[in-house]
Parts: sequence; structure tokens; C-alpha cells
Amino acid sequence: MSLFTLRVNGRSHEVDADPSTPLLYVLSDDLDLKGPKFGCGLGQCGACTVVVNGQATRSCMTPVNTVKGEITTLEGLATSAELHPLQQAFIDEQAVQCGFCLSGVMLTAKAFLDRNPRATDEQIQQALSGVLCRCFGNARMLKAIRRYADGRTA
Amino acid sequence: MTSQLTADARTALTRAGFSRRAFLKGSGALVVAFSSAELSNGLDRVFAQGFNGAGSSQLDSWIAVGRDGIVTAYTGKCEFGQGLYTAQMQLVAEEMCVPLDRVRLIQCDTSMTPDQGTTSGQQSHPANFNRANLALAGATARESLIRLASARLSVPAADLVARDGVIASSANPSRRIAYGELIGGQRFDLRLDANARRKHPREWTILGTSVPRVDMRDMVTGRFEFVHNVKVPGMLHGRVVRPPEIGATVSRVDESSVRDMPGLVKVVVKGNFVGVVAQKPWQATQAAERLNVIWTRGAVLPPQASLYSELRKQPARDTLLVDSGDVEARLASAAAVLRSTYRHPYQMHGSVGSSCAVADVQGDRATLWSATQSAYPTRNTTAMLLGLEPERIRVVYVRGSGCYGINGADTVTYDAALLSQAVGRPVRVQLSRRDEMAWENYGNAFVIDQRVGVDGSGNITVWDYEAWSAARGGRPGYNTPGNVVTGFLVGARPAPIVPRTPAPPPDTPLNNNLNTAPSYIAGRVGDAARGAGLVRSERVLSHRVVSPFFTGPLRAPERLQNTFAHECFMDEVAAHVKADPVEYRLRHLNHARLSAAIRAAAKAANWEPRPSPRPRSSRGGLATGRGISCVCYEGDNGYVAMVAEVSVDQNTGQIQVTRIVVAQDSGPISNPDGMRSQIEGGTLQGISRALGEEVTWDERRITSVDWRSYRSLPVGFLPPRMDIVLLNQTDVDACGSGEASITVVAAAIGNAVFDATGVRLREVPFTPERVRAAVRANSE
Repeated sequence: MSLFTLRVNGRSHEVDADPSTPLLYVLSDDLDLKGPKFGCGLGQCGACTVVVNGQATRSCMTPVNTVKGEITTLEGLATSAELHPLQQAFIDEQAVQCGFCLSGVMLTAKAFLDRNPRATDEQIQQALSGVLCRCFGNARMLKAIRRYADGRTA
Repeated sequence: MTSQLTADARTALTRAGFSRRAFLKGSGALVVAFSSAELSNGLDRVFAQGFNGAGSSQLDSWIAVGRDGIVTAYTGKCEFGQGLYTAQMQLVAEEMCVPLDRVRLIQCDTSMTPDQGTTSGQQSHPANFNRANLALAGATARESLIRLASARLSVPAADLVARDGVIASSANPSRRIAYGELIGGQRFDLRLDANARRKHPREWTILGTSVPRVDMRDMVTGRFEFVHNVKVPGMLHGRVVRPPEIGATVSRVDESSVRDMPGLVKVVVKGNFVGVVAQKPWQATQAAERLNVIWTRGAVLPPQASLYSELRKQPARDTLLVDSGDVEARLASAAAVLRSTYRHPYQMHGSVGSSCAVADVQGDRATLWSATQSAYPTRNTTAMLLGLEPERIRVVYVRGSGCYGINGADTVTYDAALLSQAVGRPVRVQLSRRDEMAWENYGNAFVIDQRVGVDGSGNITVWDYEAWSAARGGRPGYNTPGNVVTGFLVGARPAPIVPRTPAPPPDTPLNNNLNTAPSYIAGRVGDAARGAGLVRSERVLSHRVVSPFFTGPLRAPERLQNTFAHECFMDEVAAHVKADPVEYRLRHLNHARLSAAIRAAAKAANWEPRPSPRPRSSRGGLATGRGISCVCYEGDNGYVAMVAEVSVDQNTGQIQVTRIVVAQDSGPISNPDGMRSQIEGGTLQGISRALGEEVTWDERRITSVDWRSYRSLPVGFLPPRMDIVLLNQTDVDACGSGEASITVVAAAIGNAVFDATGVRLREVPFTPERVRAAVRANSE
């Protein structure tokens, strides 16, 4: 076990963990965060997605000892009591069924649009080509992401 | 009062969707349902319901009113992403005449809610939204409150109106009394009144509207608690070690292989069930990977390539649903006979989240936090595995990843319970992706032969259906834990399939619950003709054989496979007689609601009446076409028609579904946007299943064990334009809408591909390789 300091959603946390522990396990088990989820443990579905230094990152495949910098989880998307516009867009479109996939869908889209604010629909789809929602809320999710993208460039 | 609540009752309340703070303010509602004596001994407290999932005849089991007028309702039908939690809140608010924010709903907790068996088969609307159970409880409570107010206010009941939790004289609104004053904190002590008047949909102000999902804010902010997030004090972490091959058994477990691993608490072996328990989840994961278990070899599996012919060779349990006795004679005298064989593979639920559960087994009692769709049945079957009394076990439903049927939620609940019992502490278990996918209860494989005879006018005179399907296990129900892998590994057995040939003649009126009978037959047994169609010479014969893999209900179970075969074959017949597929269906139907759905879908799609295939401009290259399919879901639980438009790249074999039109009649609509969401999700999931999903295996083991080897369409795939027509019917019973749309997708796509290319696809999934091969074969 080793001590690590993690910056998560604007706060610092010291955790004692085996260096090979995937970041997801630390976030879920040690820091009690509910946003990132264990989906496959293989980096194939996106449910564990967090944003590290602006990059959407699959936390199930990322050993905690390799993480440097600011981590944002779904809980940290909004910085105040207000919803983040992407969260509001998902509510406006009612783009959720079971909700398990949301970290993958929302944070992947957020990180992508931060770097590509004028992305086309095709580029957004491409960015989400490695994210799964087995309830297939796809159509509404893509609409919600479009709504958010349009709002931030308006 | 809260001090009278046990810690886990408080937890359950929080999980049930409202905060403890809200509960504290709610003052009293639960005192009705639970006296302090009951709470202190909560596990012994089961309401009037029995073990058969029959709900409860006692109003107090369903509804309680607090002193502050908050209405708390208890339901045995659970939310798992389909919007049912919100819809049930709307139902209670509507019948009780209170605003939505004064309703609290507690779902599926065996210490609190009625036993309504399993939430499945889009049966929750039929069960809870008509004239029984939760709906009837709301109506009974409202009428009881009016009677109480009449006595209290000395105003005739007929002159009283209930609104916003207050009952007032319509002549003199100052004569009024609130629900909380009437009954707050007390029992109704009434039975459900079968004559209590449900509000007609015309009177609805809350039901029938698109109330947004009440749980969504917590979800998009990452604060919603799934079963994966449940933590209880002292909780350890378990992982299971499943056999490497189907049928492999434990020879020896070499515990020394993990002895030095940090955090390891125990290696647990019970029969062929193997698991590890550790302090931390990563320790458990590593220990499970490192543990050296010596297994016997498993069984040799039937080659995947010959699965469908193997099914036909197995000893079978035969069932005749309908048999007019004249099928062979009619076929012999028909002007033309068509025959075709359709194949549908095993498919997966493939939940995004690997299944998870938490169990706390302490001596002779246990608490299970589980995403099972079957709280009471899981209580009973877990009791069997643990050797405990069912009444000493409490199952608290906590939502999991969307399941679409029996995913790993039930089996992982057993895993957690067994590991917790072995260590005497709470244990959380999460399956690995491989364990989830290699051992879940797959949707059944089917091979279906059909023959149809037509007369000189092109009308169908005889329809013969004969199918072989593979099954093993299924939902455990109340007494068959061996129906899922964990129960099986500790020695329980799946429900047997007892061979029976020939099938006895049908002797009960047609029940088309599994959509085994096509919509176009009369379905006559004795004097009753309960089919949806006009074809009077008919036979529906099923052969059930033993599957090498566990199987179980997967969204539209069996109905999807059957409907794929019926609706594609109907299209083949229509094409053979050069009839328009819409007109040809209507010509053979005797069912006003299904016909109305077909007409509505065709109209919304601007359907051009003509036979399929469309006159082709060229072979090769892109071709476009449209197809229709329809079903009376479960015979009488929702009526849906779908038009699919596709473009097919005949060089690559790639199918693009460009547009879907759905018309669906599910009776009076509780929440139009919620119904649309279900139809959209079902449709897109149906496209994924039709185009790419198939369980695969080699000589001894399942090989589709992750998202590289089991192909699901991702969020980024381009969804078709979807036009959804909701056929709101207000003078009939409510039907479900979670499964109907997916049932017709594969057939609508297959028929559209035929329209585009003249190529008939008779095996799901329609992979590019299969489409290319079919196009090549057709052009030779």
C-alpha cells in the first residue's frame, strides 16, 4: 500500500492504496463517489469515465499511481448548486433510462466538446462510438448533446 | 418516531427515493404501516400477502396517509429504467387527488411492500394501473376518505369533492377537511373495494401527462445510488471464480495460491461454487484471478454452425397450442404452398454494468440489497440456498444497471449471500464482465418451420407453425434457485424439461402469451377462437429441448423470436401472391386494434401500396426499401405496428435503418413521453439485436465475453429518424409498453431488406457477411 494524493472535483484527498489499484476502485470505494461505475473493467463501455486534465479517461483501466492532475467525475460537472448546462440538456430531453451509462456518455461528450466546440453531429457520433448505453437512449442523448453544444456556442 | 426505525429501514426509505429529512417531515405515514414493535422485529413482519405474488387485499398494505397529509404508497413493481416509478407516483397522486410532490413511493422491499412477484413482461400496467392492486388501493382510499369526511362534516358524500389532499363541500367550500386530519397516522382497516371507482382518463390531470422522471436530477449529477453504491458498516468485498467450461466441476482448490495475498479474508468453496472474500475490492479481484482451482473438463458443446439442426434432434417436450386437424389435407389441396425456416440465435441481456449485490447474513437472518426484478421470489430462493426461513430474510430492491430481463442480478445476489454467510459479515460482490456474459441466462435460440397454403385468389387458407427452442433454467421463481448459475453450482437443479411426444391435443382456449401463434390464424380451440386472424386451418406445435446454456427472459422473450418468423413469413406470402404487405395483413386480420395500429403506421409512413420487392433499378450498390410488421403483444397486452425504411449496401452487406415509424396502442397512456422513451429504446435495442448480436461459443466455452466479442451498437451509431404515433385508447384497460416495440423490429427490417433487394433474410443477426452472402446467392 502507498499513499496517493488525488485532486478530485476541486478537493484534495489522500488515499492509501495498492499502486496498481484502478482509479475507479479508489473513487468508488475510498472516496464514495457514485458517478463513475464499473461496467466492464476493460475500457470497452465507458461507464467508468472521468475527466483527467481535460481528457475523458477510462478509470477502470487507469492505475491510481499513474494519475496526475485534476480529476472530474459526474458529481463534479456542476461547480455550484446550479446544474451544468449538459446536465440540464439531458433533463430537458429526458435522455435517461436506467442511468448507469451516464458518466460515459456525458463526460465523453463534455471533454470532446471542450476541445471541439463546433463539432458536427458526425463528429459527436464518432466521439461516442466507444460508449455503450444498453437501454438505447441514444437518440435522446445525441439530441441532448446537440442542444448543449448549440447552447455553448450561441 | 424515527428512533423506532431500524438503521436499515431508514436506509431503505432513503433508497426508496426520498431523503430522510423528507421522511422526518413526513411524520406518521409509516407509523401506520409499522408499529414500533413491528419495526423492532421487522423481519417477521410480512403483510397480508402470501407467497404467490398476489399482492394484498388490505388497503393498508398499499397506502398510508401521514398526519401532514403525505401519501405513502407501497408497490411490488419496480423501476429499472422504464419510468415506472414516476408513472406509479402519477397513478397514486391521480387516484388520491393529491399533488405529485405529496406522494412517496416505496418499491419492492419485502419488509414493507406487497408481494407482486416479478416486475417483467410489460405486466406492470396491467397489474397496477387497472382495477386491482395499486390503482384500486388509490380509488378505495379516496372513497374511504370521502366517507370519513362526510361523517365529519355532516355533508352528503355526493356533495364532497377531493382536491389537493383536502375534501370540501362543493356547495360551501369553507366546509373542508384535510386528509391528514381525517386519518393521518391511522390505519384504514379496509379491504380493497372492487367497486371503488377508478377515475376515467377523461378526468385525469396528472396521469396522462408527460411528468418528467423524478429520479433524473440525481442521475445526471452522479448522486443517484445504485446497488453498486450500497455500503454497510463492516462490509467486505467478494469475487466469484466461475468454472472455465460449461459443466466443469471442482477437483481441488489450492488455497496456498492466494494465502499471502494482502487483505484476503477467506476462500469459500461450496460444491462447485468458488469465491474469495477480501477487505478491498481490488484485493478480491486479484485474489480471484490468482486462486488456483483445478477443474474437471466440461461437456463438449454442440458446434455453433450446426446448432439449429441439433435442436431438432433432441428429446423434446411438445406442446400443441392450436390444431384444427385438417392442416395436411388443406395444404394438399392448396393452389400453392410456401414453406420457410427462420432462425434466431441466443442473445444476451448484456447489461452495461456488471451485476452487483450486497448481503448481510447474520446467523439465522439476512438482509440482501439486490437489483433483482423479483424481491419476494429472491427472498425465498436465497432462503433455500442459505438454509434459512424466508421470513428471516429481507430483500431490499436497489436499482442496478438496466436489465431487460434476468441478467446477473439474481445470481449475484446468491453469490453475495453465500459469501456473507461464509464469513459472517456483510459482503459486496460485483461480477467481472466475463462472468456476467459467459453465465447469464440468454434469450432462447429458436428454429421455426412454417408452411402456408393459399387459394386461387391468393388468400391464406392454412397456416402451420412448428418450432424448436432451447431452454435451461430461467427465472428462479419462488423455489428453483438452480435456474441460474450460482444456484446450480451449489447443487440446486434447473427446472426439468420432461420430454413429451406427441403433444396432447389442445384443450384450453388459446393463450397467446408467448406469441407462438401468428396474428393471422383464428386460434380456435373448442368453441373459442381467440386468435387475431381469419385463417381457420391451423396448427401451432412447439418442441422445447434442453439448452447447453442457461436461458431466461430477455426483453420480449420468445415473442420476438416468434414474431420475427411470423411477420417475415407473412411478407413472403404477400410477395408470392403479389399483394401489398399492408393490405395483405389487414385482409387476414380479425382484430380491430391491431388493424388500426397497422393503418396508423402505414399512414404516418406515407406507405405506397404495392407488392414487394420494389422494382429494382440495378443490382449491386445501394438499394432502399420499406417493410412492415406487427403484433398483438402477448396476445392482448398492447398492439403495435412498425414500418422500417432501410438502405442496403449490396457490396458490403451493410444495412442502415434510416427511418422507423411505430404506431402503438397500449390503452390509456399514463405518461406519453415515458411511453415514447420506451418505444424509442426498444426500437434501437431491437436494431442492435437484429443487426449484430449473437452469443458465440467454441468446443467447450462461451466466446462472447466482452464488448469486442459481443457486438452492441454504441451510443454513437446514427439512429434512424423515428416517428411514433401513440394511439391513446381511453375506454379499455391499460396495457404495457416496454416490450412491444422491440418485438417487431427484426421482422420490419428483414421485410424492408427484401423490399429493397429481393433478398430474404431468415436468420438473425443480419450481419454484413450474411447479407453479402444472401445477395450473392440471390443473383446467381
